[in-house]
Formats: sequence, structure tokens, C-alpha cells
Amino acid sequence: MTESIVYVRDRFLQQEKPPASEKSAYAWIRNNLFASWKDSILTIIAITAIVLYVPKALNWLFFSAVWTGTDRVACLTVEQGGQLPAGWSGACWAYVNDRFVQFMFGSYPRDELWRPLLVLAMFVALLVPFLMPKVPRKGLNALLLLVVFPIVSFFLLIGGVFGLRHVETSLWGGLMVTLIISFVGIVSSLPIGILLALGRRSSMPILKTACVVFIELIRGVPLITVLFMASVLLPLFLEPGNNIDKFLRALIGVSIFASAYMAEVIRGGLQAIPKGQYEAADALGLNYFHKMTFIVLPQAIKLVIPGIVNTFIGMFKDTSLVTIISMYDLLGIVKASFGDSGWITPVTPLTGLIFAGFTFWIFCFGMSRYSAFIERRLDKSHKR
Amino acid sequence: MALADARTGSGEPPKVSLLYNPALRSVVYQVVTLVVIIAAVWYAWNNVVQNLARANMTAGFGFLNSRAGFDLAQTLISYSSDSTYFRALQVGLLNTLVVAAAGIVTATIVGLLVGVGRLSHNWLVARLCTVYVEVFRNIPPLLVIFFWYLGVLALLPSIRTIFQHLKEDPDAVFFISNRGIYMPAPVFGEGFGVVFVALLIGIVAAIAFTIWANARQRATGQRPPVLWVNLALIVLLPLAVFIVMGQPLTLDYAVPGSFNMKGGMVIGPEFLALYLALSLYTASFIAEIVRAGIRGVSHGQSEASYALGLRPGQATRLVVLPQALRIIIPPLTSQYLNLIKNSSLAVAVGYADLVAVGGTILNQSGKSIEIISIWMLIYVSISLITSLFMNWFNAKMALVER
Repeated sequence: MTESIVYVRDRFLQQEKPPASEKSAYAWIRNNLFASWKDSILTIIAITAIVLYVPKALNWLFFSAVWTGTDRVACLTVEQGGQLPAGWSGACWAYVNDRFVQFMFGSYPRDELWRPLLVLAMFVALLVPFLMPKVPRKGLNALLLLVVFPIVSFFLLIGGVFGLRHVETSLWGGLMVTLIISFVGIVSSLPIGILLALGRRSSMPILKTACVVFIELIRGVPLITVLFMASVLLPLFLEPGNNIDKFLRALIGVSIFASAYMAEVIRGGLQAIPKGQYEAADALGLNYFHKMTFIVLPQAIKLVIPGIVNTFIGMFKDTSLVTIISMYDLLGIVKASFGDSGWITPVTPLTGLIFAGFTFWIFCFGMSRYSAFIERRLDKSHKR
Repeated sequence: MALADARTGSGEPPKVSLLYNPALRSVVYQVVTLVVIIAAVWYAWNNVVQNLARANMTAGFGFLNSRAGFDLAQTLISYSSDSTYFRALQVGLLNTLVVAAAGIVTATIVGLLVGVGRLSHNWLVARLCTVYVEVFRNIPPLLVIFFWYLGVLALLPSIRTIFQHLKEDPDAVFFISNRGIYMPAPVFGEGFGVVFVALLIGIVAAIAFTIWANARQRATGQRPPVLWVNLALIVLLPLAVFIVMGQPLTLDYAVPGSFNMKGGMVIGPEFLALYLALSLYTASFIAEIVRAGIRGVSHGQSEASYALGLRPGQATRLVVLPQALRIIIPPLTSQYLNLIKNSSLAVAVGYADLVAVGGTILNQSGKSIEIISIWMLIYVSISLITSLFMNWFNAKMALVER
């Protein structure tokens, strides 16, 4: 009766290793590179391409590149009048090294370089805490970065006051100009874009039509026509005899263009806010201004931060177009230096463009990473 | 109690100052906006009139009929320096459309491949596609144009090398040089129009056959051999007519001239640089759109189609792709529009597009207002037409809900 046939295991079996076919380098290679015959073909093509071209590219960029030198002779082969062996080809970093200050600041007077450097230091000091979500006092930080900083740096860069030497904008150039144009575009496009977006969502027909026409007209044409408009038509539209600064014209063109795009991004955010939020604000008796600034816009802008950063990235790349209206931003000054008789070699253009491309890439890639980071963070805050 | 009193106290709504009347406020705001806009336009117009008077210039589009006086490198319609400005602008518009159309086709194909490649199970292919996207997405398109134009195409063999090469190999017909790619140009003889008509008939017949085949498949479950019949209609029919008409097509070969190649067909380095840069730049964005679209279709959809017995290819073509297209089309439209607008970067390398030609005219005649309004009008029209077409396509592809 008490005899039981129930078998109870009183100890665990030793855990076995996963089979070698699933958890080994071999298995990983089989599953990720040679899963099917099509995969195998693709992998072999890819490996062949990498083996053929990557060493060549690395060799061109680094191993056979010229790093030091004072003029073009350093980067010329024997046939071209230099010392390098015939058939040599490689990057001429000596040229970038020699022109580096010019690529960064253009023709800004060399003994006044501390001014742009100081502006840069202030910018970094204000921007870094602004970008870190955990640092408190965002309001004060934004005020300093978006209002005080532009005014201070304007006077610091252009001079003419407080005993600073006046530096004409035609002397500005290089990465400095790229950063200034994109920063001004960013700072001015946000408020104008918000106003345009609100105007487009408004129920007043005339206001709405005006905003729609402006936004669609600017978004429908290439930036280059807007820049031409700013540089050629603006002087025509103003008082006869005016002499509006060329740099200012470009800034106005870029700001107009950026505002139209920003308006559409913000409109997307406004549309995503549930109607109940608007109605609740109305029910609380808030007027339009309070409703927008305290209830709707904070939520809407938070929603579209990734879109805003993407617009910034686009704008940063688009600043390179001012090259065409003969201004010397980073790309413009690099391109202008190709004609510099001191450094004319067959490899100069490629080297310069790779340098400029890499610089642009770092900024844009950094911004896109930041955008992805913010997107993940915002995602989390919606999870419960 | 107080609430009830307020409601029943008086029949009419409480008196509110006119200042707080929304309707009146809205009218006032709009009138103010209108007045500001009109004042700004009037101010600008007034200044324009004065500025033009100072420079002894007149406004108006009459200048379009005067002689252009400059040559253009790539002309699809007959054009010489004696042609009018209007003709030059037409050439420019055509060149814009050509490079934009070529760029859109290439960017779509490359973008589709790279986008699918990023989702591939093949680790290496996925990484390579990621590198491609991250590199090209974060570099200004203008820089990519310069890269091709100054960095790559300028380093190709010179014309003199080609002449040398021709001496050694006189039968060569296809050359790549730093002045472009030379190839034989087709010269259409008499009767080629009939071949062209045959091609059109073939295409129409193929479409009709496909519609009939689809109807038949729905009715009987059998699918006629659509691919082969269509190929025969589109290729064999014109080919047969071509042979019957006595092959009315000759080739014009590029031959060495004194300084340059003469005859033949040439694709200039400006076009190539612009076309490659626009395609590769836009393709990186299209790749991301395609990837997002495919990932947006839930995994259950493809599993359900496997369960129904569809093969992987069929599942992708009939189930996943139609649904992904709904997500893909709207952002794809804006990428197409961006490519068309970016084609205006042609001016940087001297490809004779609308902006480059217009810029030359602007410099010659000083008619800035007219030229810029022509640009804006044309680009806005192109944008509107493209959006209308893509919206129609989108509506056709949209999920039909009951």
C-alpha cells in the first residue's frame, strides 16, 4: 500500500554545452555569412571588394600619403618635378596641414584669432550642458545660448567697439563661416518656424493663406534660388543706395529657407497633439498665447525634436551652397585653395575634398547620433 | 445654488466688451496682416522701380526674345549662340529634367538594393550597406559633386591619351576620358518612325495582354505566359519591323578632331558628376525609407503568407511589398522633390541646367527679378506636378478600408 512507484529526481543534471553547430565561430559564420548559396555569393563578392579596395584606399590615405612639406614640390612625383617615385599617388596631408588655419578661419586677421577661438570656447561651454538632459537650468542655458551668446559673439567677431579692431565679414571664412551660418539659421528658424506653423494651423483665412503660400513657395524651390534671391534681389527691394552686407544677405536667405522647413516639422508636432489638450486649455480659460506657450507647444516641440535635429543636419549641409554665391565657407575655401599656385598638384583636390567631407561628416554624424539618443530617451519616457 | 442662479438669472448672455469678441479680433488681426503685407510689397516695389530707374533698366519679359550669345555644352534641342534667351532657358529646363529623371531612376534602384541589403541576414552585406548610408547621408551633396568632378573624373585619361590609344587600336568605338564618355551616336534614317510606331503598338498590346491575362487568371485560375508574350510584343515586333524596313539606322562614330573628338555621342563630365552625386546621395536617404517601410510591415504578415503556402519571393511581392509601399511612398515623394531641387547644384560644375543657364542670362542682362521669378515658377510647377502624381499613386496604393 505504501509502496510507491513514483520516481522523484533529487538532483539536477549537469548542464550541457550548446551544440557546436549553434554556438561557435564556425556556426556564426555559417549562419551570418553563408546561410544559403545566394548569401555565399554575396559574401564572396563583398570580401573580394573589401580585399581589393580597402587596402588600396588605406594606402592612399595614410601609408603612402605625404605628411610634411611646405609647398607643392613635396607632393609631386619625379616626372612632375618633385622627388616622389614615378607613378606615386597618395593623399597630400602636408597641404591640409599648411592651409589648416585658413580652412578654419578664412582670412580672419591672424593676430586676432583669439576672438573666434573665444567665441568657440563660449559656444562649447554653453552647448554641452544644453545637450545633456540631466543638467538643470535649461531655461537659463537656452537664454544664454540662443540670445546672449549670439549678441556677444557678433560684437566680438566683427569688432569696432570696446577697442576691438573692426574685421570685415569679407575676411571671414572657412569652418567658422559654416558654423556661424548654420547657427544663425538654426536660431532664427525656430521662432519664425513656430510662428509660421501656428499661422498655417490658424482658422483665420488671410493669415493662413499667407503662411501656406510662403511655406510652399520656399519649400518648392531649391535653396540656390533663395540664395540668389537674397543676394541679388534683396538690394533691389531696399532703399536705393543701400549697401547691405553680403554675409548678411546669405544669412537672410538661409534663415528664410530654414524657417519654411522648420514650420512644417513643427506643424507635424502640432497635429500630433490630441484635440483634448487644446479643448482642456480652452476650458481652463487660457487665452491663445497661454494655451500655446504653456500647453501645446511644449508637448509638440518635444515630440518633434528628432525632426528638428534632422532639419538642423540638412541645414548644416546646405550651408555649403553659399559657395555658389561666392562666399568662402569650409567647402568654398577648400575649393578656392585648389587654384592656389603654391599647392597645385594632381592629388590636391581629392585630398582637400576628403578633408572637407570628413569635417562635415563628423558634425552631421554627431548630430544624427544625438538625435537617435534623444529619440530613445523620449521613447522611454512614454513607456510605463 | 449660485450656479443655478447664474443660469436662470437672465435670458441673454453676459455683456462682453467688444475687445474680447473673437470674431472681431480675428478680423482685426487679418486686416493688420494684410496691411503689413501690402505695405511691405508696396515698399519693395517702390524701391525696385527707383533702383531700376537709377541703373537705367526696364522691367519686363521682352528680353527673352533677344540673342543669347553664349554656347551651351549639352543641348537636346537645336541651339546655337544665335538662339534667343527663351530657347536657352528651354534647353536648361530640358537638361534639368534629364538629369533629374536619370537621377531618380538610379537613386530608386540603388536605394532599394541598399535598403533591402541593410535588412539582410548576411552580416557583411548589412554592414557594408550601413557604412554606405552613414557616409553619404552625412556629407553635403555639393561636396559629392565636387568629389566626382574634381577628384575622380578630372583624373581620367586626357584626350591626347585617347588619340594615342586610337592609333594603336583604330577599331575602338567607346572611350572614357576626362572630357566625358564618347560612344557612337545613332542616326535615324528614313522609315525609323515606323519602327518607333511599332514599338508603341507593342507596348500598348503588352499592357492589354497583361490586363486580359489577369482577368483570365481570376476567372479560371490559370496564368498565361505573360512575361514571354510581353517580351515578344515589345522586342520582337519592333525588331521585325526594323528588319523589314531595311535597317534604317546607322551609327555615327566619334573620330579624333584637331583638339577634341568629333561626332558621336558624348556624355560630359558635368552631367556624370551631377548624376552620380545626386543618385548616390539621394539613394542613401531612399535606403533608409525602404528599410523603415519594410520593417513597418508586421512579421505576422509574412508568416501568414508562408502559412498560406506562398513562396518567399511571392510573399515579398504580393504581401509585404504592397503594404510597405504605403509607408514608403509619402517620404519617397519628398526625396524625389529634393533630388529635383538639388539638381540646381549643376551651376557649381557648369552643367547647363535651368539655374546655370538662368544665372548666365542674369549676369548678361541683369534681369534679376524676371529670371528669379521664372526659376521659382518652374520649380514650384515641377514640385506640384510631382506631388500630384505621387499623391495619385499613393491613393492608388493605399489600403482600401471598408
